[in-house]
Amino acid sequence: MGASVRTDRVAEVWARLGEVTDPELDEPVTDLGFVETVAVDGEGGVDVVFRLPTYWCSANFAFLMADDMRLAVSSLPWVRAVRPQLQDHMVAAEINRGVRLGQSFAEALKDFAAGETLDEVREKFRRKAFERRQEAVILALRAAGHDDAAICGMSLAAFDRADLGEAEGGYQKPRYRALLVARGLAGERAFVTYNGRPIAPHELPAYLQRLRAVRINMEFNSVLCRGLLDARYKEIDADFGLACGSGCTRHAPADAIRESA
Amino acid sequence: MFKTPSGEEIFVVDGHTHFWDASPENQRNVHGKQFIECFYAYHKALSPKEQLWPLPQFEKYSAEQMYNDLFVDGPDDMAIVQSTYLTEFYKNGFNTIDRNAEIARKYKDRFIVNGSFDPRDGERALEYIHYMKETFGIKGVKLYTAEWKGDSRGWKLNDPGAYRCFELCEKLGITNVHVHKGPTIIPLDKDAFDVHDVDHAATDFQGLNFIVEHCGLPRLDDFCWIAVQETNVFGGLAVALPFIHSRPRYFAEVISELLFWVGEDKILFGSDYAIWTPRWLVEKFWAFEIPEDIKQERGVDLTPEAKRKILGLNAARLYGIDIESQKAKLSGEPVAVAAE
Repeated sequence: MGASVRTDRVAEVWARLGEVTDPELDEPVTDLGFVETVAVDGEGGVDVVFRLPTYWCSANFAFLMADDMRLAVSSLPWVRAVRPQLQDHMVAAEINRGVRLGQSFAEALKDFAAGETLDEVREKFRRKAFERRQEAVILALRAAGHDDAAICGMSLAAFDRADLGEAEGGYQKPRYRALLVARGLAGERAFVTYNGRPIAPHELPAYLQRLRAVRINMEFNSVLCRGLLDARYKEIDADFGLACGSGCTRHAPADAIRESA
Repeated sequence: MFKTPSGEEIFVVDGHTHFWDASPENQRNVHGKQFIECFYAYHKALSPKEQLWPLPQFEKYSAEQMYNDLFVDGPDDMAIVQSTYLTEFYKNGFNTIDRNAEIARKYKDRFIVNGSFDPRDGERALEYIHYMKETFGIKGVKLYTAEWKGDSRGWKLNDPGAYRCFELCEKLGITNVHVHKGPTIIPLDKDAFDVHDVDHAATDFQGLNFIVEHCGLPRLDDFCWIAVQETNVFGGLAVALPFIHSRPRYFAEVISELLFWVGEDKILFGSDYAIWTPRWLVEKFWAFEIPEDIKQERGVDLTPEAKRKILGLNAARLYGIDIESQKAKLSGEPVAVAAE
């Protein structure tokens, strides 16, 4: 396999990793700077090294991210094996082993009595992501001159036609739509609650107040996580000539490709 | 004492401070090393550059330095020094009540020493609460529900064992329960950051005040919902406040949420010393104004009266501090002098 094929494959892996989000922050792990290196070998094996802002970051989120990475990268046709590798974390060994063996979180961490499944956690953060994305598009529609009655009654077709610009509203528009579809809520109306209930125009201000708290919380955590990741790794990276603030790994440098085959 | 640019004297109670020993000699294992390094990352990530300490100083500092940073160079009038044991990580504990009592004895009238207990100790936890009350006269405790113990990776405020401890606290007049609900170490639970146990405990123990340190970050939204329903739930600003320097607009959004849901009577200042020193925090907080658009959108304001409450009056109320007589007691001590 030539160097250019390998470079292409590494780029494909980075693109798939860009679809994996930190469940708590609803932002791609690549944007957050969590993924350190991607390496592909000659047999369709992929190694993804990632690290988190602290040694103590929630084990369940770490597990979900590792597992989501494995799933996202496995969908590439040439991939035979994916080995996500979490580093510098209190239960790195358990998580890496568990994900490689396809275990559940409870199996992987059975020595720590970690409870049954992560479904509840996944569900909680799916709701938060839905609400955060929904708030961004509603605020953008308001800014574009739509009143509350128009927003609450807006059809999905009209929503699809709406131009929300390049900023947050435009960024979240397809992401909000994707979650509507994933939840089976992509019906007549563009805006319903997470449980599928229509929102009456007079309810919208109070509803948005709650969504606002969700967004501020997530943004705050995201700023904190980026700051901690920088504080933890910036100096180390500088020593290796890879000085890199948060977010820079979004575009993987070609020299990060490792010849492991 | 903090003197505002217009000459007003503000009484400052620092609601969340530590006198820890995380030196390599005291570290039991890699967890102890990683724990203090995590604190250090917070320090580095959110402090102004000129306030940064070298790691060895951060790992262990003297009583003299703490006194100076809080009361001489710093604007605190009093400080609540919290106890956090972490004996699985540190040979002599991280920040025990005995260590805290030492600094309180050395500098009279400055410190309020809070205890700590672990309901997983069963009967011994109850005995320990009696001991702390009799020996140190505590009025409050700091609880770290994420603390590791043997195979256990955490506990909840509404566990039956915890309820027995709260019943005793109520009986003995230990009324202020500071709960660590924030990042750093976490129990390996399904949702490690869940804050709903505060809701249950606060409903069932109306005679206790629950001060949620770090405002439940990273679950600020859930915390706000609980605080609005429970009259005895308060929010401690540690970790949220340092954003006032690096990300003032984020801080404005967070404090606006807290003012809206929790209210200015139930928010407490805390520096989280030695992660941050109080001087720059208090100076910036006093000078801070919420941007007009956020103020309008949220319908809240951070008035001088709100700042006075958050910086000292609210904590004074919880701990029964008579501010005038306290000021008289402290008048002979070296204090921060206004720079100009």
